[in-house]
Amino acid sequence: MIEPILQVRRLAKRFGGLAAVDEISLDVNVGELHAVIGPNGAGKTTLINMLSGDLSPSAGSIRFAGDEMAHLSPERRSRLGIGRSYQKVNIFPAFSALENCRLAAQSREPHPLNWLREASSYDEIVATARSALADVFLANRAETLAFTLSHGEQRQLEIAMSLATQPKLLLLDEPLAGLGIEESSRMVELIRRMAEMHAILLVEHDMDAVFQLARVLTVMVDGRVLASGKPDVVRADEQVQRAYLGKFDEHS
Amino acid sequence: MSSITLPRSVLLIAVAVIALVPLVGSTFYVQLGAKIMIMAIFALSLDFLVGHTGLVSLGHAAFFGLAGYVLALISPQYQAANLWLTLPVAVVITALAALVIGFLVVRTTGVYFIMVTLAFAQMLYSIFHDTNLGGGSDGIYIYVRPELAVAGMRPFNLESPVQFYYFVLLIMVGVYAFLSKVLHAPFGRALAGIKVNEHRMRSIGYPVSSYKLGAFVLGGAIAGVAGYLAACQFGFVNPEILAWHHSAGVLMMVILGGMGKLHGAVLGALAYTLLQEILSRPLLLGSYAKHWQLAMGSLIVFIVLALPHGLAGILDLSLRIRSTKPARVEEALDD
Amino acid sequence: MFYLIQLLNGIQYGLLLFLLASGLTLIFGIMGVINLAHGGFYMIGAYLAFWLARTTGSLWLAIPLSIIIAFSIGLLLETTIFSRLYKRDHLYQVLLTFGLILVFEELRSILFGDDVHGVPVPPLLDFSIPLTETLSYPVYRLFVTVVCISIALTMHFVIHKTRVGMMIRAATSNREMAASLGVNIPLLFALVFAFGVALAAFAGTIAAPIASVSPGMGNHMVIICFVVVVIGGIGSINGAMIAALAIGLADTLGKVTAPEYSAFAVYLLMAAILLWRPQGIAGRA
Repeated sequence: MIEPILQVRRLAKRFGGLAAVDEISLDVNVGELHAVIGPNGAGKTTLINMLSGDLSPSAGSIRFAGDEMAHLSPERRSRLGIGRSYQKVNIFPAFSALENCRLAAQSREPHPLNWLREASSYDEIVATARSALADVFLANRAETLAFTLSHGEQRQLEIAMSLATQPKLLLLDEPLAGLGIEESSRMVELIRRMAEMHAILLVEHDMDAVFQLARVLTVMVDGRVLASGKPDVVRADEQVQRAYLGKFDEHS
Repeated sequence: MSSITLPRSVLLIAVAVIALVPLVGSTFYVQLGAKIMIMAIFALSLDFLVGHTGLVSLGHAAFFGLAGYVLALISPQYQAANLWLTLPVAVVITALAALVIGFLVVRTTGVYFIMVTLAFAQMLYSIFHDTNLGGGSDGIYIYVRPELAVAGMRPFNLESPVQFYYFVLLIMVGVYAFLSKVLHAPFGRALAGIKVNEHRMRSIGYPVSSYKLGAFVLGGAIAGVAGYLAACQFGFVNPEILAWHHSAGVLMMVILGGMGKLHGAVLGALAYTLLQEILSRPLLLGSYAKHWQLAMGSLIVFIVLALPHGLAGILDLSLRIRSTKPARVEEALDD
Repeated sequence: MFYLIQLLNGIQYGLLLFLLASGLTLIFGIMGVINLAHGGFYMIGAYLAFWLARTTGSLWLAIPLSIIIAFSIGLLLETTIFSRLYKRDHLYQVLLTFGLILVFEELRSILFGDDVHGVPVPPLLDFSIPLTETLSYPVYRLFVTVVCISIALTMHFVIHKTRVGMMIRAATSNREMAASLGVNIPLLFALVFAFGVALAAFAGTIAAPIASVSPGMGNHMVIICFVVVVIGGIGSINGAMIAALAIGLADTLGKVTAPEYSAFAVYLLMAAILLWRPQGIAGRA
C-alpha cells in the first residue's frame, strides 16, 4: 500500500493559552480529495496556514512524501511540490493571466536563468503556463489583465498558478467563496478533474461541493477533529449532526 | 505586457538630440549635460531597486560615493589612472559592499528597510569622515582624469569636456539597454512579481530574499559606475557625496520622473538637476539664491502633497498588493 | 573611576537619545508615519534654548517657553501636513519629510545664521560634585539624567495606567475599532504628534548647554534615532529605552577607546541585531 503523500500528526498551534488547532492528525493520498469542514473559528484556516508554511506550528509533525517539513519556509515547500490557493484572491493584478501563470511556472527553474534573454522566449515555461490556464478553462483569457477578470475567473487563475508549479499536493482554501451558481459548478468540475492526478486538501463551507468531491471528510470543531472518514459515514455521525444541527439534510 | 521602455524610434531620436548638444552648446552646457547624464545613470540604478523591485533604499549614495573614493584612492597622484583597470575595480568593490550590506538589509521590509539602508550609508559616511582612510572631511583630489588607452591609442580623451560627454552618453545608453534587457528577462520578471505581491512569490516557490539581494547588488554596482564617472568629472571626492542628502535627492529624481519606467529615471534626473541649477543661481531668486534649498524643500513638500501619485501618476497607473494587509487597490496601473 | 564618568556620560547620552527616539517610535507606531525631519525638532529645541536664554537671560524660563512653542509648532504641522501622510506610502512620507529638513535647515540659517553657538549652564547647577580627589562630575549632567528618567517613568505610567494611555494603545492596534468606540482619533493623533515634537524639542533644549548648538545637529541625531528604533523595535517604548542606553554606552565608551571608529560601533551593533532578530529586541515578529 502506498503511503499517504501528506501525513499530519498531532499538529497544534497555540497562542498563549488558546489552542487554535489542538492536535490534529490526518492523511491525504494522491488521487484523493480530502475535505475539511467545520464552523467558523474551528481552526481550518490555521491548519491550512501551517501546512503551507505561512504559520509555524507549536507542536506536531507534517510529513510530505516521507520528509518532515513542519518548519520549512513556504518557498521550500512549494519547490517540494505543494501548491496553495488562498481564501482572499492572491494574484498579480497588474499582469496578464498568462504572465501570472508564467511566473508560477518559471519558479520551477532553480536558477534565474539568463539575465538577458527575453522571458517569453523560454517556450517550455510558457507552454506550462498555457496548459495550466487551459486546465482551469481560462485559455481564451490568457492576455487579459488579471484585475479585469471576474471574481470567479480570478479564483480559477489562482488555481492555475498553483497548477503551473506542477505540485503533487494542492491546498485549496475556500475556492468557492463568493462564487455564483454557474461559476461554482465550473469550479467544482475543475477541482474534480484535478483530484484525479493530484492529492488535494480542500477547506470549504459549500456542502454541496464537499459531498460531490470528497472521498475523505474531516470535521473540525474548536481546533479538534470531531469525526473523520468516508463522507456518508461522517454525515450520519451523531456528534457531527449535533454540531451542524442537521444542516446536512438541507443539502442531501 | 506593454513596455517598460519607450519604442525604439523615440529612443533613437532622444539619443540623437542628446548627441547634438556639444555641437550647439557652450562648454558650460556640455559639462552640465554630462553631469545630468551621470545623475541619470545613478537614478536608473535606484529606479531598478525602487520602481521595479519595490526596495526603497535611502542609502544609495553609499555606493555612488564608495566607487568615487576607490578611484581616488587607487589613482596615482599626478598621473592618469588606467580606466580599464580602475573602473572594474571600483565597480567590483562597490558590488561587494552591496553584497555585504544587502545581505543584512534584505531581511527587513517596509520602514525597517528604509531605515537600515539609511543607517548603513551613514556608517560609510562616518568611516570616510571620521577616519583618515579617505582624507577625512577634506577629501581627496583627482588631478588627472583616467585614461582610456587601447593598444597605445586613446579613443577618448577624457580630459576634453566634449569627449567626456560622449563617453558618458555611451555608458548611459549601455546601462539603459542593459537594464531594459534584464527587466524583460526571467530575473527581472521575478523582481516585478516581488514588487507586486511578495507573499505570493514566496508561496509559488521563489527564494525572494536571494532575488532581492541580487537586485540590490546590481543596483549598487551601477550606482558605482555613476559615482566613478562623477569623480572623474568633478576631480574631487569628499564624504558629502555619501551623505543622505544625496540619497534622498536621487530618490526624489526617481519619484519625480515616475517610477517603474526606465526613461522616467532619466527625465527625473534631468528635471531635478535643472531645478537645482535654476534655483541656486541668482537668476530666479535673486539674493535669496543662497537659500535655494528652502525653495527646493518647499517644492518637494508641495509636490508630494498635491500630487498623490507623483508627476507620472497623472499619466500611468499601478496596482499593488501589500502582503500583510488586505488587498488595497491604489489607483494606478503600471508594468 | 574615569570609567565611571564615561558610564555616567553614556547613560546621560542614551537617555537623551531615548527622549528623541521615543517620540519617533510613538509617531511611527501609532500613526504609521516615518519622519526624517524629527531631528529638526531637536534642533528647534536647541536653537530656542539659545535664543530664549539669550533674550530672557534664564534657561529656566527658556525651557517651558520652548516646550509651549514646540508643542504649538507640532500641532500646526500635524494639522496642515502630517495628517495627510497617514494613508500615504512610506516612500512619499520619506520624501516629504526630507523636503521639510531642507526647509528647517534654511529657516534656521536665515534666522540664526550658520555659526556654532553655546548656551551657558544655569548658574544654579553650574558646579560639580567631587567623586574622587581629582575627578568630579558636572551636576547639570546629573540633572539632565534625572529629568530624562522622570519623563520615561511618567510616560510608562501614562501609557499603561491611564485612560489616555489606553486610548493610545487601542488606537495603535486597531484604529477603526478605537474610533467606533468613541475615541476621537484625529484629536488623539494631533496631540500625540505634538507631544512627540515637544519631547524632541525639550531634549534639544536641555541638551543645549552640554552639546553645542550647531547646524546639522538634528540630522545626525535622527539617524542614530533610527538605529535606536531598528534595534529596539518599532512602536516599542521599552525597546527604545534598552536600545538607546546600549547605543549611548557603546558610543561613549567607543569614543574614549577608539575615537575614529566609535561611530562604526553603533552600526555594528545594528548589524548584529539584524542578523539575530531583524524585527528588533521588542518588536513584533
